[in-house]
This record gives sequence, C-alpha cells and structure tokens, in this order.
Amino acid sequence: MLDLLASYTVQTVLMGAVLLGLISGALGAFAVLRGQSLLGDTVSHAALPGIALGFLVAGGRDLGAVLIGATLSGGLAALSVMLITMRTRLKPDAALGVVLSVFFALGVVLLSHVQGRSGAAGAGLSTFLFGQAAATLRSDLWMMGGLAGFALGLIALIWKEAKLVSFDPDYARALGLPVARVQAVLTVMVALAIVAGLQMVGVILMVALLIAPAAAARQWARSLAGMVGLSMGFAVAAGVIGALISASARGLATGPVIVLVATAFVLISLAFAPERGLLARALARRARTRSLRADQVLGTIHALARSHDDPAYKAELGMLRTRHRAAARPALQRLTARGLVREVAHPPETTPHWQMTPEGRARAAMLEQGTARDD
Amino acid sequence: MIDAFFASIPAMILTTGLLVGLSGALLGTFLVLRGAAMLTDAISHAIVLGIITVWLLTGHLSGPVQLIGAAVTGVVTVALTHLLQRTQLVRMDTAIGLVFPAMFALGVLLINLNARNVHLDVDSVLLGEIAFVWIDTVPVLGHPVPVATLALAVVFAANLGFVALFWKELKLAVFDPALATALGFAPGLVFYALLSLTSITAVASFEAVGAILFIAFVIVPPATAFLLTRHLTTMLGLAMAIAGFACITGYVLAMLWDVNIGAMMAVMTGAAFVTALTFSPRDGLIARGRARAAEAQGIDSLTLVIHLATHEDTPKAAQENTRTALTRHLGWDEARARAALRRALDAGLVARATPRQDDAPQLLLTPEGRARAATLMAPRVRAAVAK
Amino acid sequence: MTELHEPQFALHVEDLTVTYGAAPALWDIDLDVPPGVMAAIVGPNGSGKSTLLKTVLGLVPPVAGHIRLFGQPLAAMRKRVGYVPQRSSVDWDFPTDVRDVVMMGLYGQIGWFRRPGPAHRTRAMEALTAVGMQDYADRQISQLSGGQQQRVFIARALVQDADVYFLDEPMAGVDRPTEDIIIALLQSLRDQGKTVIVVHHDLTTVERYFDWLVMLNTRIIAQGPVTDVYTPENLRATYGHRVALVKV
Repeated sequence: MLDLLASYTVQTVLMGAVLLGLISGALGAFAVLRGQSLLGDTVSHAALPGIALGFLVAGGRDLGAVLIGATLSGGLAALSVMLITMRTRLKPDAALGVVLSVFFALGVVLLSHVQGRSGAAGAGLSTFLFGQAAATLRSDLWMMGGLAGFALGLIALIWKEAKLVSFDPDYARALGLPVARVQAVLTVMVALAIVAGLQMVGVILMVALLIAPAAAARQWARSLAGMVGLSMGFAVAAGVIGALISASARGLATGPVIVLVATAFVLISLAFAPERGLLARALARRARTRSLRADQVLGTIHALARSHDDPAYKAELGMLRTRHRAAARPALQRLTARGLVREVAHPPETTPHWQMTPEGRARAAMLEQGTARDD
Repeated sequence: MIDAFFASIPAMILTTGLLVGLSGALLGTFLVLRGAAMLTDAISHAIVLGIITVWLLTGHLSGPVQLIGAAVTGVVTVALTHLLQRTQLVRMDTAIGLVFPAMFALGVLLINLNARNVHLDVDSVLLGEIAFVWIDTVPVLGHPVPVATLALAVVFAANLGFVALFWKELKLAVFDPALATALGFAPGLVFYALLSLTSITAVASFEAVGAILFIAFVIVPPATAFLLTRHLTTMLGLAMAIAGFACITGYVLAMLWDVNIGAMMAVMTGAAFVTALTFSPRDGLIARGRARAAEAQGIDSLTLVIHLATHEDTPKAAQENTRTALTRHLGWDEARARAALRRALDAGLVARATPRQDDAPQLLLTPEGRARAATLMAPRVRAAVAK
Repeated sequence: MTELHEPQFALHVEDLTVTYGAAPALWDIDLDVPPGVMAAIVGPNGSGKSTLLKTVLGLVPPVAGHIRLFGQPLAAMRKRVGYVPQRSSVDWDFPTDVRDVVMMGLYGQIGWFRRPGPAHRTRAMEALTAVGMQDYADRQISQLSGGQQQRVFIARALVQDADVYFLDEPMAGVDRPTEDIIIALLQSLRDQGKTVIVVHHDLTTVERYFDWLVMLNTRIIAQGPVTDVYTPENLRATYGHRVALVKV
C-alpha cells in the first residue's frame, strides 16, 4: 500500500481524483436538486464526438484539444435538448434519449474513422469510454486544477443567486434576478464537470459521479452548503478509493470502480442517514406505534376507572391483555417509566395490577379531549 | 438464389441492421409515447451486467438463456429504479441515474475480471460490430444463417406478435394508464412486458450494434415519426420506414467512408430526426415558427378589436380608440401596431373615421368586429383565435 | 405620457392582454388598486387570476398593455414589491431551513457577490416572529406542515419590507388557525398603509377579509370597494349561474 502511494503515477492519479471530486461533487449537487440528473447522462455521452474531433484536430491525444471538443459537443447537446423540449411536443425524456444516442453514434463513427486512420494511436481514444486513471499526466492536473478553481470560484461568487434559482426560480425572477442566465451558468458548469471526469471516469459513467455523491449527501445534509460540501467529500472519497483499488488490481477500469464505490456511499446513506434514512424512519415509526399503544392502554385503564367510579382503580393485567394482547405488557412498562401508571398489589389476588398516577389521569383526560401533545 | 442471399455478407449485414431497426421502432413507439425513453437508456446499459452474469452462470454468450436473462435484467433494472424512487429519498430521474450506472459498472468489472476466459470485450458489447455477424452461423434448412441474425429474426417476430396481440392494451396503457387500470387491463403488466421485450431485443442486438447504439434504434425513429403524425398506426409505420431508411443509407455511407456500420446507421436515424425537426409540415421548427408568427399577429389584431370594444361608448373613447393609442396604451412599437391594424382593417373588423375635423382619426368597430368582440369577451368562452 | 403614470394608484394596469399560445388568458384589462387597501382578486378557475399576478410581477410577458406600480414601471419598483407564490410551486424537499428561506427575501437587496450578515438574520427572525414561526427557524423545510410552509413564504415576503404585496392563493390548503393568523397579519400590513393584493378562491370569506374586490373572468367584470362590488349580478357575470351569493 505504501509502495503504491509512493509511486509517481499513483500520486498523480490521486491528485486528479481529488480535483475531479471537488468539481463533480459541487456541481452534481445543483444538477440533482434542479432535476437535471439525466441531462448529465446525455451531456456526458454526447462528449464523445467532441473527444474524437479534438483528437482529429490536434492529431493525437492532447487533453486540451479533447476537453475543448468535449465541452463544445456537450454544450451543443444540452442546447439541443432544450430546443427539442421547448419547441416540439416530444417529452423531455425522449429529447434526452434522442440527443444522447445520436451524439454517441456520431462519436462512434468519428472514433472508427480516427482508429482506421491512425491505427494504434487511435486506441488511446477508447480509454475515454471508461476512463484510464493511470494515463493521467502531471500536465493534465494543471488543467483539471484550473477547471476546478474556475468552477468552484464561480459557484462561490453566485452562491446565493444559484441557491434561490435552484429552489424557487419564479420568486427569483420576481426579485429581478437574471434567472435564465444563472440557470445557463449552472448547466454549462455541469458540462465542465463532466469534461473534467473524462480522463478518469469516461463518458459512459461520468453521470454517476455527478449524481451518486449528491444523492448520498442529500440524505445527511441540512443545508445547501452542507449538501455541496458533503457531496464534494463523497466524490473525492469515491475517486480516491476507486483509483487506488483500480491501481492495485490489474485490468480493472477506473471508472466502474469509482462508480461502485460512490454507489456504496448512496446505499449506506439511504439506509443509515439520521432523520431521513430508512433505518431512522423505521425506528421513528416504531416509536410512534409504541407511544400510541401506550396511550391506548392508558385510555383503557382510564375507562375502567371511570366505569367503576374510582380514579385509583387497580386494573388487572389479564383484563388489559384481553383488550391489548401482547402489547399490554411493554406498553405498561413504558407508561410506568413515564410515571403515568404504577404497579400495585391488590391482595388477595396475586396477579399484578396497575393504577394511574395523578399525571396519568391528567394525560388520559387530555387524550380524551384530543388536546394531548405528542412527545 | 437463397444460398446466394445467405452467403452475401452485405445482405446479411443489412438484414441484421433492418431487424434491429424494425424491432426497435415497434417497441420504441410505445416507449416514447409513454414517456419511458430514458428507461430504454437504463435497460440497454444494464444488460451488460445481465449478459456477463448469465455467462458466468451458464457459459452461454447467446441463445435462449441469454434472452431469458435479458428479460430478467430489464425487469430488475426497472423494479430497482421504482423501489428507489418509492423511498421518496430521491427523485425518479435521480433514481434512474443511480441504478443503471451501478449495474453497468458492475458488468464492466465482471468482464474485466474474466477477460481471459470470456470472448467478450467491453468495447464490442458497447459498440457491437455488425460487420462480423456473418462469422458465426448455424444451418437452417440447409442454409448457413448467422446466429445473431436468426436470433434477431425470432425476436422481431415475437415483438410483432406482442404488438399485434396486445394492440388495444398497449394503446390504452400508453395514452391513459388510469383508464386501463379501471378497465382491468393492468397497464403495469403490459408495461413490464414491453420493457422485458426491449431488454430481450437489446441483448439480441448488442453483437450487431452494441448496447448504447441500440438506444438510437429504439428512441430516434419513433421520436421522428412523432414529429410527423399524430396517429398511432401511422406513427408506427413511419417509425419502421425511417428505421429501414436509416439502415440502408447508413450502410452505404459507412462503406463509402469506411466507418463503423452500426454507428452510421444510428447517425442516419439522427439525420432523419433533424430533417423532421426542421421541416415537418406541422411540428417542424420552420412550420411552428411561421404558425407562431401568424398566431401572434392574429392575437394582436384581436387584441386591437377587444381594446376598441372595451372603450367604445366610454368617455375615454376619444383618446383610447385612436391609432396613437396603439403605441402609447398597448405598448406596441410602430411596426407591430401597423401590422395589427392592417390585419384588422383587411379582415373588415375595424374602420377609420374622423368624426370632427379637428379630432384625431378614430378607429371604429365594424358590425362584424363588434360581433367578434362579443363572442371573445363572453365569460367562460374560450374561443380559439381565428387564423 | 403623463396620463399613463397614475402615481396615485398602488397598481395601475391599462389595456393588458395576455395569451398562452392562442388561448386568451386576459383580454384588455384596465385595473386600478388604490394604496392602503386589502384587495382580493376572485374568479373561476382559469379566469386568469394567477396570470394577472404573474404578469404584474414580470413572470409572464404580456401581448399588449401597460403596468405601473405607484406610477413607475416594475423594473424601478422591484424592491418595493413583495411576492408570495403558490406553495406548490417549489420542491419542499430542498435541503435548507426556515430561516434561510426567509432570508431569500433579502437577496434582491443584498446584491451580487455579497453574503447576508447578522443584520439580515435579525430581520429574518423578526419576520418569522410576525408569522408566529420564530420557534421553527432552524427546522428543515421538508418537515413543515402546509400551513407552516405558507407562513414561511409570507415571512419571506414580509422581510422584503415592501409597499405592495402580491399573494397567490395563500389560503389554499391551510388549516383554520393558520388562515386566521395570515389574515390578521395582512390586515395589520394594510393598517400600516401597505397595499395587499391577494388571489383568493373562497367567496364565503371575501366580505369579512377584504375591503377591495376585483372580479375577473378573462376580463374585468367589476372592481371597487367590496361593499359596492360584491353583488349577485356581478357574481353571476363572473361565475355564470353556478354560484349563489353566500352571506356569512
């Protein structure tokens, strides 16, 4: 493991993974909140023809040319989706599917053209399908660093406008904000985030590095800043862990490993996040059910007390069981713990009996009137 | 003759492409109408996992087990997506974007790990190679038929049978899922069957055109047909015709430019789409642009008529119902005001008059104009604007 | 051009026509709302109530017409206009808390590239206190009830400290206590001299809540003080014959 970290290539890869995580985590959060998850999918597939064109123009694998090409074709794809959605009766998902598949096909055509012409050199191109972290160069890092600095700087500058436009575009417009322009900036930056990930994750899976960290972060976060920060953290962690696994095992493409790590983060978050997580919700539901049961048992004792005209009436366990079955016992324990009933002896009978405390009587009365507060 | 057909590589490639295209168009028509186009995207990525899983379990890369595996994969993908969305922790689009990349990534890694044993590399699953379909053949009635082509022929027949048999149910499930449920047609079931067939077709197609290009064959021809017609049967027929056209022209161009054949066929579906998007008589960008401009002018002239009707016989009529009021009160520029007025004058809805010599010329409603305004302004009447 | 300005009106709309595609939403509307009233805009579904509001706020472009707020075009008056959109127009699962949403009302005033400061937080808390939501400042918005969501939206408009407030169906789907709080609040705004314009759907409460009434059905049926305008004839003209006059 230490050997691995000492390797120059691996260091480069890790730095690349960190930079990529910062960009895709931050912009993915906005994409998910604005319902643009699948636009990310379309834009990333649509980067392929741009990559091939950049390759053709530069005459070889030059990351700068490839990234410019990818940004342009990704941007063109996003615009095409907008045009088709706004100007035809086609549903948005059909527009996404058409643009995704046609751009990708165009990319494959160009790819086969390049490969046919340049033979082995063209083979470097297909690494952009799944990414090849090990091929990252130090000079690539400068480009990714510049991209990250630009994207994060811009987000920081227009932070509150971006937040309001993502949450409530109509209200933002009423305040006089240039909503369309802010939306365009956010969409273009999604394209930039995708482009940043081409080297490492590739066009086909880049959408996952946009969506998964953001979806995981949403479960824990209580604020937009928290979500964006966490999303960046998850994306960085997925990138670093994925790149390390991929580097230490032969023949595992980087992109898929990173995506699976990010997906694992999502599953953990969905299950265990406090408040929203499935486990937290199941526990809360159980607590509610139990509290309701306890109130019902209290109500039964109260009713018995009234029918016997004795507020200190001692209810026998068996009686409560006929009504509440197995739930009676745990409910009584709960009520005892809350000081609403107490266990009393009722000689000569040997079975346990239960009697309301003054607090218990007060609560039972409130429950009856429907003025009791949940605790 | 028949032998010559099966021995001809171009004939086999074209037949294979056509079978993919026609199957895709058959299923895609309903998927596009139902708004499930991106589920096709999800399924065609996810089948990579299905294909390698079935291979690991059975050792078969094609044949009936692969097709059954495909159906299962499709259903699992969609079911997982729905399950995720039902937690209400993520939205539908996010759920799709979480499920299929994970399945796809897992599939790719399994292929990576078994690269030495399996005759399957990731690029060929994704991109396919239709030029090589003729290599693997089985004898059918004494003729050597490519395996992929045979499988696609069977799948196409199944798709055709499904659509013919469940035409009514599909139509209802696509246009009115709620009514379909009420009538006991179980649109969920029909829908899942449709998605399973999509998945099966995807698996039968991947050797030829690859998993991702398959999306183009399913979505693009029906989307193109949708821009050309509003009738289901016509749309289906057009989609199949467009798919056929794309396959043939794509093949010819791919030969000409020496590029990937399947991808070129997919690009040609895109070319058909762009053509329809631009030139479709009713839904094309040009036609819609013109219609909108005409509509805007129509609205302007009716706005003028209503404006005159509202202020007619009021104290402010002298200043409201004049030519200058169009720019000053309605906020139009000169050209727009002139166009609206000319249209209203030409239609005989408005007339000019100068009641007294020193007054500004007044615009008056003709009896027709007054009648039109009355119809338009009647409460709760949502009159369409006359062109 | 002086005749167009009409600064004596909080809202002055002249010859306003709005269409969606070819379908008319508003035909040649003339409308004046004096300052310091609490006005209801009523009309059947699809009569253009929300459209009128959205057009006034610049969210929908008009085909023709002029809109003036205190004699000025909207662009010059943005900071004096408060808006409460329909509750259902946003995703309440957005990761943010109540105070943050209220502070959004200040974003227009804070300006580009600047962060909200302690003074803005104080103002947000004051607005929350005014709607009785001060104890919920740190609550996630996804955990609010419908009525609470509505009060947060109103606090967000309050914090703008505007002169004229537009509210789109603020009473839709809220419980009775919330409705009482909202109405009391709006009336106190009115008593401070602000103008409050509300798209309203409940005819039974019009007379009790409002002092100015606009009846709309694609065009203006009637406008003026509630006591003058709320008549059976006008109701029939607005709603057709389906509505009987309800006196509470």
